[in-house]
Amino acid sequence: MAGIDIEGLATVYPNGVRAVDGLDLHVADGEFFALLGPSGCGKTTLLRTIAGLENASEGTVRIDVADVTRMEPGKRGVAMVFQDYALFPHMTVSENITYPLKVRRVAAATRTATAGRTSSELSLQGLLERRPGQLSGGQQQRVALARAIASEGKVLLLDEPLSNLDARLRLEARTFLKKLQRDLGITTVFVTHDQAEALALADRIAVMQNGRLRQLGSPREVFARPANTFVANFIGSTPMNLLDGAVAAVSDGGSVSVANGSLPAATGSVPAGAEVTVGVRPEYLTLSDGDVNGPSLRGEVVVAENLGTSSLVSVDCGGTLIGVTVPEESEPAPGTSVVLTAPEQRVLLYDRESGELLAKQPAAVG
Amino acid sequence: MTPAYVVRRIGFYVLICAITLFFAIPMLWIASAPFDSSPGLGVRWPDWTLDNVRKTLSHPYALHSMVNSLIICVTTAAAVTAFAALASYALSRVRLPGRDALLYGLLLLSSVVTGTAAMVPIFVMMFQLGLIDSRFGVALVMTGGLLPAAIFILKDFVDAVPKSYEESARVFGASTGQILRDVVLPVARPGLATIMVWAFVNSWGNFLVPFLLIRSIELQPGAVLLQTFTDEGGSANLTVIPVFSLLFSIPVVVLYLLVNSRYGFRFHGGIKS
Repeated sequence: MAGIDIEGLATVYPNGVRAVDGLDLHVADGEFFALLGPSGCGKTTLLRTIAGLENASEGTVRIDVADVTRMEPGKRGVAMVFQDYALFPHMTVSENITYPLKVRRVAAATRTATAGRTSSELSLQGLLERRPGQLSGGQQQRVALARAIASEGKVLLLDEPLSNLDARLRLEARTFLKKLQRDLGITTVFVTHDQAEALALADRIAVMQNGRLRQLGSPREVFARPANTFVANFIGSTPMNLLDGAVAAVSDGGSVSVANGSLPAATGSVPAGAEVTVGVRPEYLTLSDGDVNGPSLRGEVVVAENLGTSSLVSVDCGGTLIGVTVPEESEPAPGTSVVLTAPEQRVLLYDRESGELLAKQPAAVG
Repeated sequence: MTPAYVVRRIGFYVLICAITLFFAIPMLWIASAPFDSSPGLGVRWPDWTLDNVRKTLSHPYALHSMVNSLIICVTTAAAVTAFAALASYALSRVRLPGRDALLYGLLLLSSVVTGTAAMVPIFVMMFQLGLIDSRFGVALVMTGGLLPAAIFILKDFVDAVPKSYEESARVFGASTGQILRDVVLPVARPGLATIMVWAFVNSWGNFLVPFLLIRSIELQPGAVLLQTFTDEGGSANLTVIPVFSLLFSIPVVVLYLLVNSRYGFRFHGGIKS
């Protein structure tokens, strides 16, 4: 088992595109690590550079202390599962699983034993003589995982592991994958463009944009306290409200004026009158119909969208639409006048120009 | 069921029957004439005998020419498949500027180069190489003629082998040789089989190249020997020709059935980039 250390890594394609651009990253031993970002952000290139399928142009990659930057993929001790699983169609499941051993000229008896053991770990018993074409998507994925595990790499790399499965199967496979990683304790890096998948699976998430790291943190940190407006926009199944606001005078007790009202905020050292972007998640806003003590926003319900156990209500506050989620039983009718407020530590202030979190606020994250 | 509809259907089936007959009659002839005691050019129920077969087998060059055909065609098919496999893999995997133009150019030129127009220069070239009257020389010329189209067709098969297969094997530590042997070759095998049969059939029926490049009758392949089966008066020798035609068609049919049962024929368009 081993950690991964990446320093100043850049991968430049022949056409001059810097797919990975000066990246520092440390993945701890046994960690389940997600590379998250929109398509074209360089996350897959980064994974392929770790695997050695792309050449690093600058910087170093270390796996288990050893510098592997210029090493052939096969010598790095990595195992990889591709997005399309890359199962060899002309080999049986058993032959597929043991191919990494066959390459290393391991004796046939040992290979059979490995095939038996890994297939039972991944509940593939009884499928060993089938060909990949005769398996369902979920089974194919498990064969690909079994093959990666059988190769006994120190690090497991997964490229979009769940994207080829149907929606229902995906949840099942997600749980399975998380449990498998826990049981094996193998350092795992996976790439995804689905923020829900990253939040659900990973111990830590690296959010990437244009080949650079935008935030690195635990799923809770990334969700509750996005480091910039890009991450704020990208994470969360309902988008974060990002509103223009201004910091109110400190005498008013720490608040920002937004739309036609104000919200409480820990303004810290941000000077009064500063123009900021105010970020607050719909999940953290509370909706009430009566008067509220302290800073609040008044508005009128425009629409309510059903999300299952909750509803996303859009409230018009003096011309600005603000989303707020409410429990299913307290969904207000359109046209109702309502009051919105939020706990102080849930209201985040971002620099209007750079979009970075104004970090001088006390970090009060639950 | 309007009358017009009925008339249209009748017309359609009559047309189909005419076309079917057009192709079926030569087949019926080749099936019946070899076993007829007095074979003619028409199709009729044969007056069964094996005399023609006996006469053909005792013909001084008939069996020999089949061996020559086999030597030429096996060599050609093997060479075309081997070279096309290497070339199409390289063209499929390496990004070359002007790759598609190169492929189309080769394809276009090949139809000119082995065509009738190029026969004189090819003859002169083979003469200077000392490859006149050589079965190897014939195979060489036919390989050159078939290669561009073979590369073109095979590149499509190789393109269809996902790159992730190779990368996956690479991550597991396979060498280039192992990747080609364990992954690319088996996955591309139906394409290779298709190309092999196609090259074999094309060279099997080729008359012009061996006719020009081979002088001695004992080296001629079947396709050329067929036209020498005449009697003293110069008219077609109908005791030998039917049996020889039947024998001549067997290898191609057998090869087709063999490959079709193993892989099924999958001819790809060839135009995709």
